[in-house]
Amino acid sequence: MEPLGWLEIFARIAWQLLPVWVALLITFALSLRFKRRLGLYGKLFDSTVGMIGFAIVMFWVFAAVFADFIITHDPLSQVSRMRNVVPGTPLPNPGNLYEYYLLGGDALARDVFSRAVMGAREVLRIAPFAAMISFMIGISLGLPAGYLGGRLDTGLTFLANLVLAFPVILLFFLLVAPEIQNTMIPTVMAGVLFLVPVLFVMVLLNARFFTQPGKRNLYVGLVLGFGLWAYSGLAFNADPLGFWGMSPNLLNVFVAVVFVNAPTVFRIVRGITMDIKTRDYVAAAQTRGEGPWYIMLWEILPNARGPLIVDFCLRIGYTTILLGTLGFFGLGVTPESPDWGSTINAGRRLLTVYPHPALVPALSLMSLVLGLNLLADGLREESLKD
Amino acid sequence: MLLFLMRRIGVMIVTALCLTFVVFYLTNLPAKLETLAKTQAGSRMSDAEVARWLERNGYGSPVVVRYGEWLGVLPGWVRDDESGALRGRCVDRIGPEAAGTRCGLLQGYWGQSTRFRESVANVIGARLGATGWLMLWVLIVMVPMALVVGVLAGMREGSRTDRTLSTFAIASTATPEYVSGVLFIALLASSTVGLSPLLVNWGAIDGPVLFQGNARSALEQITFWNFALPVMTIALYGMGYVARITRASMTEVMTQQYVRTARLKGVSFANIVLKHALRNALIAPFTVIMLQIPWLLNGVVVVEVLFSYPGFGWTLFEAAVNNDIELLLAASVVAVVVVLVTQLISDVGYVYLNPRIRIS
Repeated sequence: MEPLGWLEIFARIAWQLLPVWVALLITFALSLRFKRRLGLYGKLFDSTVGMIGFAIVMFWVFAAVFADFIITHDPLSQVSRMRNVVPGTPLPNPGNLYEYYLLGGDALARDVFSRAVMGAREVLRIAPFAAMISFMIGISLGLPAGYLGGRLDTGLTFLANLVLAFPVILLFFLLVAPEIQNTMIPTVMAGVLFLVPVLFVMVLLNARFFTQPGKRNLYVGLVLGFGLWAYSGLAFNADPLGFWGMSPNLLNVFVAVVFVNAPTVFRIVRGITMDIKTRDYVAAAQTRGEGPWYIMLWEILPNARGPLIVDFCLRIGYTTILLGTLGFFGLGVTPESPDWGSTINAGRRLLTVYPHPALVPALSLMSLVLGLNLLADGLREESLKD
Repeated sequence: MLLFLMRRIGVMIVTALCLTFVVFYLTNLPAKLETLAKTQAGSRMSDAEVARWLERNGYGSPVVVRYGEWLGVLPGWVRDDESGALRGRCVDRIGPEAAGTRCGLLQGYWGQSTRFRESVANVIGARLGATGWLMLWVLIVMVPMALVVGVLAGMREGSRTDRTLSTFAIASTATPEYVSGVLFIALLASSTVGLSPLLVNWGAIDGPVLFQGNARSALEQITFWNFALPVMTIALYGMGYVARITRASMTEVMTQQYVRTARLKGVSFANIVLKHALRNALIAPFTVIMLQIPWLLNGVVVVEVLFSYPGFGWTLFEAAVNNDIELLLAASVVAVVVVLVTQLISDVGYVYLNPRIRIS
């Protein structure tokens, strides 16, 4: 068979991505139709930059969700005589496989296109959740530090600065290593870090409903049960039902990324809290006799949501970059993993001769982070308008 | 001011001590020491032999004690060998008369690199020099570019120039070094794709490639062709952030009363930007540029590994990969000191540049 031309390659890729286009179309049609009723999310569709960013982000989200339908080959399987082939090369004897390597083959004769799509799943499985846990930790420590001040503030700020003074790359080299995985360090860190979100949601609900003990007990009890279930699985790999769980590799990466991100979030939340606590509505709540946690979580936090949502988008992007860095240095990933960072690392050895195995994941990573940054920019613009 | 400086330096020293202890602890975990023993004395050692080797070479004492020895505040370890020879932390370097004296960081002894088989001080010194050149060029390229982009975008908020430049800045912050480096090499330094084969076809260049994808030759002589790509790769990622801060600062200044007054007086726009606005708009970017330097370290490691330029970042990578404990410790000390000193300069500079802030 003849190798494909570029036009045909793109046409075939677009066809493979059909589920993504359909999902994007539905999302946009629904969002544009009901945008006046959707709050900040709806307003996003007033800004071109924000819409472009949202489209790119959702493209990768849908690509990760429908990855099983999109990929043309198994991302780990090798086909003989397809080593380093250029995009559009036909398979020598396809059998029941897809006839072409759409974006070429890598140094181990695997399909670059399928690996890039599967890589999106690897990244999007970690980045948003790592960013979310970092945020919960940053919020639950930053609010009291900014609102109560005093010794607590001094101590927490010193700790945050301590972590921030650590060069990120050095921390990764030290913390994400096979020798460390065998020690207690990641487990202990996960034990502390993952406990905070559970406590955060409990305090949040307790502060809201403590005047209605019936409701309070129900909600807090539910959260406690569910939280501890997930916690036992994620932090200690001891979930009795086996639903939650993380491989030691993944846990190590997750803990390192959260540990790097949380102090920055802490600083942002602390700064915003110190600004907001001088407002009149906080003084009014204090006069009403509201407790400190109610004021922090239900008066200050909702009013700080604008900058926090923007930073959340940026932080997912930054986490993606960090995960790529980890992969690039081969830290904490399984050898065959299709994640973008390690694919770039694998491709860089033959970069000057066969650039496509490294270029495809590099461009994918760049577009996802760009999408997140544009989305954050659009959100910032729209949230400043009112 | 003096009191402020002294307090800052005090906090700095405490921070440095905490961080070096963390690094020391993490590099001296039992598992890592075992790897060290096996690489140094043969990989087929039994557990008992490993324990004996560690004991004989002074790794037997508790971590805190060894940290003190490394720092130079506690006297070095001394052992009598089975053969009766005196062994000790300072003995190999100075001689038997130094047994039991203090020799560590404070005395200027940084240890011996197992990866390069050379004294750590020499390795670090030479590599830092190489990275110094890289950083110098990065700053020379990055700072003016970021300031120009930021000022041009910020002087007329919402204009087409602003939109274009802001998008460019966002795109550059979305391109980490390992992505832009790969793109640059593929576009400009590959003999099969990108620009180089075209230029060779036209007879525009002599060699097979336009730029060198390997910067090792820059150690002897830095030329545009072997140094441009690594410098651009680092500068591009750092630039976007500084440009965005500059833009924000500039737009804020442009809405100030004194700028409006100057406009109403009929001062030309160029004059307003250059004489009235610029100086006040540059306070925020200054601190950000200083704080950006430690962030560049990330990029330095990635770029030096990608372009195989044997500088500080490459050494850090090699030390971490080969579990070269003393070299890694020394590299961490340098990195931590760089971070803390730039933070201090940024704080002091901010106070100095902004007359509205007074520290009593």
